[in-house]
Amino acid sequence: MKQKFDIIKSTCVPLPLENVDTDQIIPARFLKATDKEGFGDNLFRDWRYNADGTKRDFVLNDPTYSGEILVAGKNFGCGSSREHAAWAIAGYGFRVVVSSFFADIHKQNELNNFVLPVVVSEDFLTELFGSIQADPKTLVTVNVPEQTVTNEATGQSEHFDINGYKKYCLMNALDDIDFLLENQAKIEEWEKKNA
Amino acid sequence: MNTLFDKIWDKHVVQIVEDGPTQLYIDRLYCHEVTSPQAFAGMRARGLKCLRPQQIFCMPDHNTPTHDQDKPIADPVSRRQVDTLAQNARDFGLTHFGMFDRNNGVIHVVGPEQGLSLPGMTIVCGDSHTSTHGAMGAVAFGIGTSEVEMVLASQCILQAKPRSMRITVNGTLNRGVTAKDVALYIMSKITTSGATGYFVEYAGEAVRNLSMEGRLTLCNLSIEMGARGGFIAPDEVTFEYIKGRPYAPKGEAWEKAVAEWSTLKSGEDAVFDREETFDAADIEPMITYGTNPGMGIGISQTIPEPASASDEKALEYMQFQAGEQMTGKTVDYVFLGACTNGRIEDFRAFASIARGRKKADGVTAWLVPGSWKVLEQIREEGIDKELEAAGFEIRQPGCSACLAMNDDKIPAGKLSVSTSNRNFEGRQGPGARTCLASPLMAAAAAVTGVITDPRDLL
Repeated sequence: MKQKFDIIKSTCVPLPLENVDTDQIIPARFLKATDKEGFGDNLFRDWRYNADGTKRDFVLNDPTYSGEILVAGKNFGCGSSREHAAWAIAGYGFRVVVSSFFADIHKQNELNNFVLPVVVSEDFLTELFGSIQADPKTLVTVNVPEQTVTNEATGQSEHFDINGYKKYCLMNALDDIDFLLENQAKIEEWEKKNA
Repeated sequence: MNTLFDKIWDKHVVQIVEDGPTQLYIDRLYCHEVTSPQAFAGMRARGLKCLRPQQIFCMPDHNTPTHDQDKPIADPVSRRQVDTLAQNARDFGLTHFGMFDRNNGVIHVVGPEQGLSLPGMTIVCGDSHTSTHGAMGAVAFGIGTSEVEMVLASQCILQAKPRSMRITVNGTLNRGVTAKDVALYIMSKITTSGATGYFVEYAGEAVRNLSMEGRLTLCNLSIEMGARGGFIAPDEVTFEYIKGRPYAPKGEAWEKAVAEWSTLKSGEDAVFDREETFDAADIEPMITYGTNPGMGIGISQTIPEPASASDEKALEYMQFQAGEQMTGKTVDYVFLGACTNGRIEDFRAFASIARGRKKADGVTAWLVPGSWKVLEQIREEGIDKELEAAGFEIRQPGCSACLAMNDDKIPAGKLSVSTSNRNFEGRQGPGARTCLASPLMAAAAAVTGVITDPRDLL
């Protein structure tokens, strides 16, 4: 999952619903694995498939839409802390999720799995949903070094926030454990002080 | 500034990474079987040992069946996950309360009842309802599996400091109104994302007057408002609850601990980033009608008009119409339990209505204690006999129908009144329709077969 981020230019998959919870992203019955493989197959399982396995009318089943960017309504990823949701999103092939608001734990889980959550304004999001509806081939550019996101159909562009540390991690494919292991002396120092 | 959250958080800061997150020291990590295997696998892949194994406690709860726990789990995939946790605990030298062990139960019930979750601690678990432990006066919150691995390896995580928020509930709760109703009421006012980015301190007379069990229920539901966590400053109620528990400090250490815990409160001059105030008198027994926990109403109210496409989708899924009353709707299943309402007080509340009545014929009721200790107390108090006489059966402990990872699944289309924490689509089984409510409301539904105002039966 570790992969370097730079500039991503892609078409988008639109999901214009609010409060999409992690139980929808990956239902609990698929959480029984002991590895991180295969979760992409069950991304949005119960919105994608009927109980008998036949396909439902859902955007992931619509060949009109594809791409590495998922665009979702506000409060994306609320509910359960399951990191399996981030594994499912990454496993399906998304590298970026654009929304006007993310739930805290899920946002961190995406970042820890090299999926970039990009927070945009409500205006930007509404216009982007409009652009994608008008033309499913609408391209969006996410420029990580510059921290900008651009709707190429309208030219609307916004700055997005990411802290310098995490940006460095994403651009260099490093994770937090590498960092923490280098800081063991500081941990022991804290323990001594607070013993 | 100078909030209790600041005091506990700041004390645990190991360092603030330049232009980055805070490295925070973690006193207690809990691991369950669902969100830990990939973290242990990561440790093995890197050739690491746990830095502080004595601070880490493991127990299976999500997959455990609620009957025949002395036998192997029938579902091989569930069994493998539970066995993997046991093996990981052995390999990494961690304390493990295995299935059927008398210390086992739902992590968020067991932690406080064992005296493992204490005031002033930082506590994490790969589970969003870790906020429960905030009731002990701790900073407790859910994390992802990558972060579980961080704590296994370094006893630290990297996180930005959340903003602080105080939710004050003034006055006295009305008859038939419980901590669950308080939480559902707050969510209905501030929405399911209303506290995202914040760490909540609950305060006010109505909160202070809650029992420890009630406080655990309230803090449990913090995540359903979007908050990272929620807590209540420790007081005599907290100390009384902790005293004598297996892992609580003893003797001189106890006196010293209480003296220190007594200082854990927000300063008179504390400034919160946000304040919300509610009046207990406005709260009646609550029930949800939609597919997120913020979609709740007082039992005397009617379902509101949908305000968005998401609301419309929710009503369609629930097969409800705007303008309808919730009372009188036929109930198929009742679930009492979960980390939200699986404690002794919840069983006492349920029994207060079920006692001397009979379970309605059309209702399947699953009564699942949060732990073996809770079950023992139910038996000691004779609640099991009373409930059996009313036609109910008490099952063995676990997360059960809260998220239906074991066999306790509500069938598609069936309506459930549940004391759990989430009414998301399919949460209790594919197609299941969930109405969240208190143990009193659940009992009222169980004995009448329809959604009923519990105050009519008190």
